[in-house]
Amino acid sequence: MNGQKPKLAVHKFSSCDGCQLALLNLGETLLQLPELVEIVHFAEAGPNAPDATVDIALVEGSISTPEDVHRIRMVREKSRVLVTIGACATAGGLQALANFADRDAWMSAIYPNPELIDTLRTSSAISGHVRVDCELHGCPVSSRQVVSALRELLNGVMPREETQPVCVECKRRGVICTLVSKGEPCMGPVTLSGCGALCPAAGRGCYGCYGPAERVNDPSLSNRFVDLGLDRQASARRFHFIANQAPAFKAAGSRLKDESHE
Amino acid sequence: MNLQTQQAVSRRPGFLARDALQTLFTVLSQSGYRVFGPMVRDGAIQFDTLTAADQLPSGILNDQKPGHYRLEQTDNPRVFGWNHGPQALKPLCFAPRDELWSEQSGPLRFSQSQPDVEPTAVIGVRACDLAALAIQDRHFLTDPDPDPYYRQRRESLLLIGVDCAQSASTCFCASTGDGPALDDRYDIGMAELDEGFLLWQGSEKGRAVTDQLDLQIASDDQLAAMVQATSQAASDQSRSLPDSDELMLLYKRLEHAHWQQVAERCLSCGNCTAVCPTCFCYETTHEMALDGKTAKMIRQWDSCFSATHSSMGQFQVRSTTKQRYRQWLTHKLAGWQSQQGRIGCTGCGRCIVWCPVGIDLTVETVAVLEEGSLDV
Amino acid sequence: MFDPHVPHVAVIDQRVQESPTIFTLRLQYTDTRVQDAFEFDPGQFNMVTLFGVGEIAISIVNDPLDSHFFDHTIRVVGRVSEGMSRLQPGDRVGIRGPFGRGWPMEQIKGRDVLLVTGGLGCAPLVSVIRYLMRRREDYGRIMILQGVKHADDLIWKEQYDVWAEERDVRVLLAADVATQSWRGQQGMVTELIGQLPLRSQRTVALLCGPELMMMAAVANLREKGMQDGDIWFSMERNMQCGIGQCGHCQIGPKMVCRDGPVFCYDELADFFGAKGF
Repeated sequence: MNGQKPKLAVHKFSSCDGCQLALLNLGETLLQLPELVEIVHFAEAGPNAPDATVDIALVEGSISTPEDVHRIRMVREKSRVLVTIGACATAGGLQALANFADRDAWMSAIYPNPELIDTLRTSSAISGHVRVDCELHGCPVSSRQVVSALRELLNGVMPREETQPVCVECKRRGVICTLVSKGEPCMGPVTLSGCGALCPAAGRGCYGCYGPAERVNDPSLSNRFVDLGLDRQASARRFHFIANQAPAFKAAGSRLKDESHE
Repeated sequence: MNLQTQQAVSRRPGFLARDALQTLFTVLSQSGYRVFGPMVRDGAIQFDTLTAADQLPSGILNDQKPGHYRLEQTDNPRVFGWNHGPQALKPLCFAPRDELWSEQSGPLRFSQSQPDVEPTAVIGVRACDLAALAIQDRHFLTDPDPDPYYRQRRESLLLIGVDCAQSASTCFCASTGDGPALDDRYDIGMAELDEGFLLWQGSEKGRAVTDQLDLQIASDDQLAAMVQATSQAASDQSRSLPDSDELMLLYKRLEHAHWQQVAERCLSCGNCTAVCPTCFCYETTHEMALDGKTAKMIRQWDSCFSATHSSMGQFQVRSTTKQRYRQWLTHKLAGWQSQQGRIGCTGCGRCIVWCPVGIDLTVETVAVLEEGSLDV
Repeated sequence: MFDPHVPHVAVIDQRVQESPTIFTLRLQYTDTRVQDAFEFDPGQFNMVTLFGVGEIAISIVNDPLDSHFFDHTIRVVGRVSEGMSRLQPGDRVGIRGPFGRGWPMEQIKGRDVLLVTGGLGCAPLVSVIRYLMRRREDYGRIMILQGVKHADDLIWKEQYDVWAEERDVRVLLAADVATQSWRGQQGMVTELIGQLPLRSQRTVALLCGPELMMMAAVANLREKGMQDGDIWFSMERNMQCGIGQCGHCQIGPKMVCRDGPVFCYDELADFFGAKGF
């Protein structure tokens, strides 16, 4: 990055664009960004040069088509540091729920000409296809985390990784535990922090969009969910939700589904 | 007259009728204090700034069980008929998030940050939390490196304690020797009766306030009722911890099989450490402004259940939940004895209540102390 | 108000690349009053801040008599140390310290000193070696056992040669993986203990390195008849505050950053080697 401003690209794969919107919603901070980096590709915001060689690539979305597979390899080759942003890119996203379903049956039920649709049989995280240097989780990603990660990369160091569960942020903010005080099932104890305890602060349980925290004791938490009136099928859906392809959540949900059939 | 009643009499409490409680608030605010006290918010007792006595949680009772906390509204006029919420004094002195200093580049320089502090009267503090504060004081204020941020916050407090006239099912302060009656670590002591309050000074700072109140002489019946209430609350407690000497044996049980049994239930979420009024672990982290010219050193509550708590580079000393729970419990009940001469638990029971899966340290401790199979 | 949390600014005077992943910074406080007041014992450490990135604990490797500067030898193990590896002379860092309890240099005067180190564990002990060499008449025989995983990992090769020339000093090197040019032994450093003519009653052992290495060393030293009270070691833990406050570095009731990092074996015997403690 000698002298010149580092180049930044924002790429989109299978996703709703919500994480890019989270960046656009940065407001004043976004206006500061061009002073620090040259934004060469960010189609949602204007600049369009998907093939450009860059220092930092932010990648939104999951891999769900053959074209995605090809394109992400190209992005990897052209990027010195590749950062995935959001639940689709880091854990397959909501669209990966179809991985658990009969895809052909769904396709023919929904589309008049399913043969025109060219998709893979699964939706998967970017890290399953190319080397990823840093992952920023969440649905959508926290813009504060993106900014802080960019700052660290500009400093020449890798961004600090979160490992703690949402509970830690709840307690620091003085948010009252919904599970203990209302008996409402909450994924906070097994979900990675970084959101700032957004949902519990609004009085509802965490739904796990950041994916697994460092430790996931799903048997214990799901036993508690059962005590609170959630059956195993419903508990399984708490894990098989937005971060359903994250290995710990994927395994937990599948185990609960199996148990509910026993 | 028994010993407790003698002690109660020797404090020379005065009586303040229930409908005169606002005068306490008025005197405090005229004396320059922000009044900080309990209120009901989001289904729990929470401490925040109060402007009038009628904001106190009147008629509120608490139902506390492992992993379970509910409040109940009754017609009872009492305002201190509950025991506690998830926090009380800890966040006031040991802030969940604090800016220690800021730094600027070109050329590099550091400047100390000042905490935002104002004189604060905290009303409704329980004996267990005052005992816990004394433990935190010893941790943060002991030479040679007393913590300036903690100190400024701590010195801004006027503590108005209140006797617990009831125990939650998770309370065990009687067994740790920290409650339910106030000991001596407050500026003003209070006890609630049906018809009003008994108040007494605990320090010169407190006396400056009580002297301004129009207190009546407490009757013998009122004094007896005060003593009776706390001794009843103590005898209602069903949980307890073994005595301090026995707890030191925890260090001889590091390989006990029961640690693994707890780990099968424990979520390693750190809630127990966050609600514990004595837990003091914190992490420090730099936050840099996007322009790269300034940064702040932030310290925030950490937990021995975190992965990063014991990490050195890529290596974690305590990588399993079993090791982390063992660290927490042995430190709390044994290590603290070597560090401070007493256990690090004051029997508030919050770790039991706010554990999402209701792990009960009084039960686990006894299980580990029992001679058992070794985990090999 | 004195604040143990706020660093002082220090400027990098020299930078030496010791190996592909190890470098040494020679530092000086920009405030001469701070530099003049800076005193430390071998084995103590500083908290070093890289602007905006983080703060890490690094032991001080020079001699306490070097009053105009202090040296830190740093291995790249994480994001902060990696960032620091790019610092150049003239760059500035923040320094808090010195912290902790160092080696018992006064207490062991007149004794034979055996130093057993593994890997970059040598850094906290190099200050001791320099200390001993400068005060050679105050101590008995000196035995330096240095182990590395791979022969290429050994830094300060020339220094070991120089030390080996001194009167009553023995230097034995061991590498788990030796190369053709390796002049030391192949194998574990702790195996070297057996080869020494140890006067167990007159010797104190100072250990530094991975805990497993130190545990093996303790076993070998006891076999040689050494007493627990004569075995000292430097512990490594996650250290953030340096003043026994943040809680990360605890081993049993001890705060490593304040009560250590140097401990006598009998102080920690109950916990030494307890996995995950």
